[in-house]
Amino acid sequence: MKRLVLTALLAASVATTALVPPAAFADSKEQYVPLPTYRVGPYASSGTLWWAGTLDYFRYINEVEGGVNGVKLKVEEFETEWSPDRTVEVYERVKNGKDGAPVAFFFTHGTPASYALIEKGAADKIPLIDPAGGRTESTDGTVFPYAFPLLFNYFSQASVGINYIAQKEGGFDKLKGKKIVTVYHDSAYGRETQAAVELLAKKYGFENFQIPVADPGNEQSPQWRQVREIKPDWVFLRTWGVSTPVAIKTAQRFGIPADRIIGDVWAGSEADVIPAGTAAKGYQALAPYPGGAGFEIHDRLRKTILDTGKSDLRDTKFFGAVYYNIGLINAVLAVEALRAGQAKFGNKPLNGEEGRWGFEHLTIDDARLKEIGFYGLLQPIKLTPADHEGGGAARIQQWDGDKWVLVTDWIQADRDTLRPLVEAKAAAYAKEHNITPRSPTAEN
Amino acid sequence: MSHVLSQTARLAPTVLPERRFGLRLPLLLLLAFVAVPLLGSDYWLGAILVPFLVLSLAGLGLNLLTGYAGQTSLGSGGFMAVGAFATFGFVVHGGVPLPLAVLFAGLVTAGAGLLFGLPSDRIKGFYLMVSSLAAQFFFEWLFQKFPWFYNYGSSGTITLPRLEAFGYDIGTAVGRYYVTLTVVVLLTWIAVNLVRSQTGRSWMAVRDMDTAAAVIGIRVYRSKVLAFAVSSFYLGVAGALWAFLYLGSASVQSFGISRSFQILFIIIIGGMGSIAGNFIGAAFISLLPLAIDHLAQAFFAGHVDAGLLQNIQKALFGVLIIGFLIKEPDGLARLFRTLGERLSSWPLRF
Amino acid sequence: MNLFLETLIGGLLAGTMYSLVAIGFVLIYKASGVFNFAQGSMLLFAALTFVTLLEKGLPFAAALAVTIAILILGAILIERTVLRPLANRSPMTLFMATLGLSYVIEGAAQGLMGAQVHALDLGIEDVPIFIGDVLISQFDLVAAATAVTLALVLALLFNNTRIGISLRAVADDTRAALSIGINLNRIWQIVWAVAGIVGLVAGMLWGARQGIQFSLSLVVLKALPVLIIGGFTSIGGAIAGGLIVGAAENLAETYVGPYIGGGITPWFPYFLAIAFLYIRPAGLFGERALERV
Repeated sequence: MKRLVLTALLAASVATTALVPPAAFADSKEQYVPLPTYRVGPYASSGTLWWAGTLDYFRYINEVEGGVNGVKLKVEEFETEWSPDRTVEVYERVKNGKDGAPVAFFFTHGTPASYALIEKGAADKIPLIDPAGGRTESTDGTVFPYAFPLLFNYFSQASVGINYIAQKEGGFDKLKGKKIVTVYHDSAYGRETQAAVELLAKKYGFENFQIPVADPGNEQSPQWRQVREIKPDWVFLRTWGVSTPVAIKTAQRFGIPADRIIGDVWAGSEADVIPAGTAAKGYQALAPYPGGAGFEIHDRLRKTILDTGKSDLRDTKFFGAVYYNIGLINAVLAVEALRAGQAKFGNKPLNGEEGRWGFEHLTIDDARLKEIGFYGLLQPIKLTPADHEGGGAARIQQWDGDKWVLVTDWIQADRDTLRPLVEAKAAAYAKEHNITPRSPTAEN
Repeated sequence: MSHVLSQTARLAPTVLPERRFGLRLPLLLLLAFVAVPLLGSDYWLGAILVPFLVLSLAGLGLNLLTGYAGQTSLGSGGFMAVGAFATFGFVVHGGVPLPLAVLFAGLVTAGAGLLFGLPSDRIKGFYLMVSSLAAQFFFEWLFQKFPWFYNYGSSGTITLPRLEAFGYDIGTAVGRYYVTLTVVVLLTWIAVNLVRSQTGRSWMAVRDMDTAAAVIGIRVYRSKVLAFAVSSFYLGVAGALWAFLYLGSASVQSFGISRSFQILFIIIIGGMGSIAGNFIGAAFISLLPLAIDHLAQAFFAGHVDAGLLQNIQKALFGVLIIGFLIKEPDGLARLFRTLGERLSSWPLRF
Repeated sequence: MNLFLETLIGGLLAGTMYSLVAIGFVLIYKASGVFNFAQGSMLLFAALTFVTLLEKGLPFAAALAVTIAILILGAILIERTVLRPLANRSPMTLFMATLGLSYVIEGAAQGLMGAQVHALDLGIEDVPIFIGDVLISQFDLVAAATAVTLALVLALLFNNTRIGISLRAVADDTRAALSIGINLNRIWQIVWAVAGIVGLVAGMLWGARQGIQFSLSLVVLKALPVLIIGGFTSIGGAIAGGLIVGAAENLAETYVGPYIGGGITPWFPYFLAIAFLYIRPAGLFGERALERV
């Protein structure tokens, strides 16, 4: 009997997986939006709020605005535990759409997954969207037609960090001879800015120190002892997950004031500072996704989603948290890109190629930002076929011990200086993979 | 309590070789080489069967070491990483064609495994298992730290330009499936013969009690180190396949410690000291989470908070693992064998 | 010289934080021969339960009491559903079962109490103290004191109480202990509960430093080399192992790290452990197995 149950279980598991991918294209009035998510495991603390923001905005579009120009979004989640391997499996499962509803874009939700999928996306013609992440050189859309490190790539993150330091010091000429230490998570993500910082160090004449923290980073005394020996003027903190609060606390223990530390995008949420307690007071972070629930879109959502009990948030005190806003902003970028695509191809669900056209012609100016309620929360953005980033700015927010306070307006990255670096890397990739860069002007 | 240390592999069945397959093996191969590619969709071939085959191969590698030679290791992920990065190195830095590069990478991994197997003459049981984490963490660090290994890319990811073997494009799902299947069948055939040879029998003697094996004249240390090398060769090839035939690109993250645990699960669930067990275990480990996911989505989606639902699935996976360990101490391979035997005498028994 | 002294002292103190985690492993291994990989998840679960209760408004002592009650209940449940059915199975099977168990505990912890990061303030100031020019962390001092106290209390328990003596009897010779009427199942329940409470203490201290979140379960990877250096069966060994690992990894990262790119702390302790094991195959204080043919 026991055996029978076990075998039945095994058979059932095989049978259910067999039922997966019916991939015929019938006519559908819906746009399929698959989301690889992570609500389980070490990264779930960022994930749960992120997906809540994304789902809440999609729900708002579907239920309040009746879809994107009438096209409803059919959202489905897939658990990946932030593993690129599982994201690849999900991608393969969803790339042909579902019940006739096509896929116009695929959020990779993680830099490693973006890397793993970059060729598959190009072959299948599915745009891979990874705002404030992704492969930096894929900013060059002529070599990477289907990869979008949207909004704020890693080089821009380094550049805005340095520009803010210059602003605080009173000008770029004051950077000369200053000591800037980057403490980074020892991973692809952590190292991605090194080339950019090195270039900027040469340009402005500051001393560049790079100190790695091994994953997961729950004990960092040796690193901060080194930092103390250097006696830095500024610290650029590029950690992620648990290594951020530990870094802030250890820095305090070694006498490095929090207001001399500038956190990266992924080291600048509530989850990064709350565990550090009072040590985090005065800590600053790059904010392409500012925190706070006081923007126009939050009023709309509060009225239509939150107060009607439709929100995906389990605890509404996180409404307006940094990660929630990340979810909102990524969702609005996708929705606006669909609109851009629909303007050309008609108000219908788009496929991957049409989705790419939409993203490549995505323009959101201040007027549009005010219309959709994101003014101040999202920077104006304009993509072109050659520029898959489009934004490249961030505000700076500072933790006052209780909440994030925005201390600057949008600070633009020095993209002209860094663009040649992007292009050189893209050209190397094109050579390695025998890709002939397309010329965007030849297309419409 | 300490006497248990010397017998960590006791749950391996003492039955020597696999039962002979008779007609079933050709049938199985026919199915795998002809029927499956005809029937399977790209999704099934590329996203389910290829990883399943590669995991089976990795399980086979670990099983040679743990199930046959009795040395437990948690470094499987690290050795897979060696295979993947070495393959990449041979192709990019050495201009070696892919099939040869994978073979060389396997040999490099075997060398690495040999090195990490050296302490096994004095360190045993759980102490050895925990020490093998040194390999895991060292390789993770190594392949991330030195840009030479990933050809100075901005992030530590390796990708091969276009998959080619003997002049044929093998980038399609069917192509990748065939290459993986061929490699796995070939290496499985070698493994079956190996464990029946003198080497294999020495391993099993060492596993069952190394002191006794030494008494009857088996060179215990040599056997152990050889097991590490052979096992690592298999893991290295599996790592290369995982990186380039399944994922298409890889970083050390694909070969983290959870990969090592996953492979250990495969051989425990499938059956220690069983060749077929690796395939059964890999099927179980790679399909079960997907199946749970489908069932959960079908029955509970919308009713339960999504975070809770995902965590319930995780817990359920753990419960099933424990359940199988309690009900099937010798692994699923044994269950299947018993079922097969019952079936063959079916009209008479029931 | 100052840097050396500071690194050494800081490392020794930090090492006791690893010892705290390793002690939980030792207790369970000693009494039941189980290499309990779920210790990390138990630590996470205990700390998360405690902080959730605190945030629900319970006073410190009450939250502590309720958490301990839940841990005892959990230990009984684990003994009934996992250990008892697996009695007399190979240590490897039991190890795998604890891996499965860690999935269950992690799923339960995150599913029931959410994935959010919680701050835990134990009221210990984390500001530096200077002795001469040498900087010492006050927090680390408290942690070290806690670890040593805990080890002493456990040693007293083992040596002077009835339960402790039965426990040692079970550890020495399970069959003999059974034959004189010691209730093995009860002993296991007690040991798992005590390991849970040790996990709670470790979880609170680690949680106060890094926030209570899922990554707490990863501190086991730091405790494993400590465990094999000290030996699976010795609490004193766990303390000594912690001191050795803490000091060595800090010194290595400071003096060797810069020459080979840094970030060597994940693997360095394991190599150190192999070196130690090569000289003493059952750890510094572990018991050497006798082999009979």
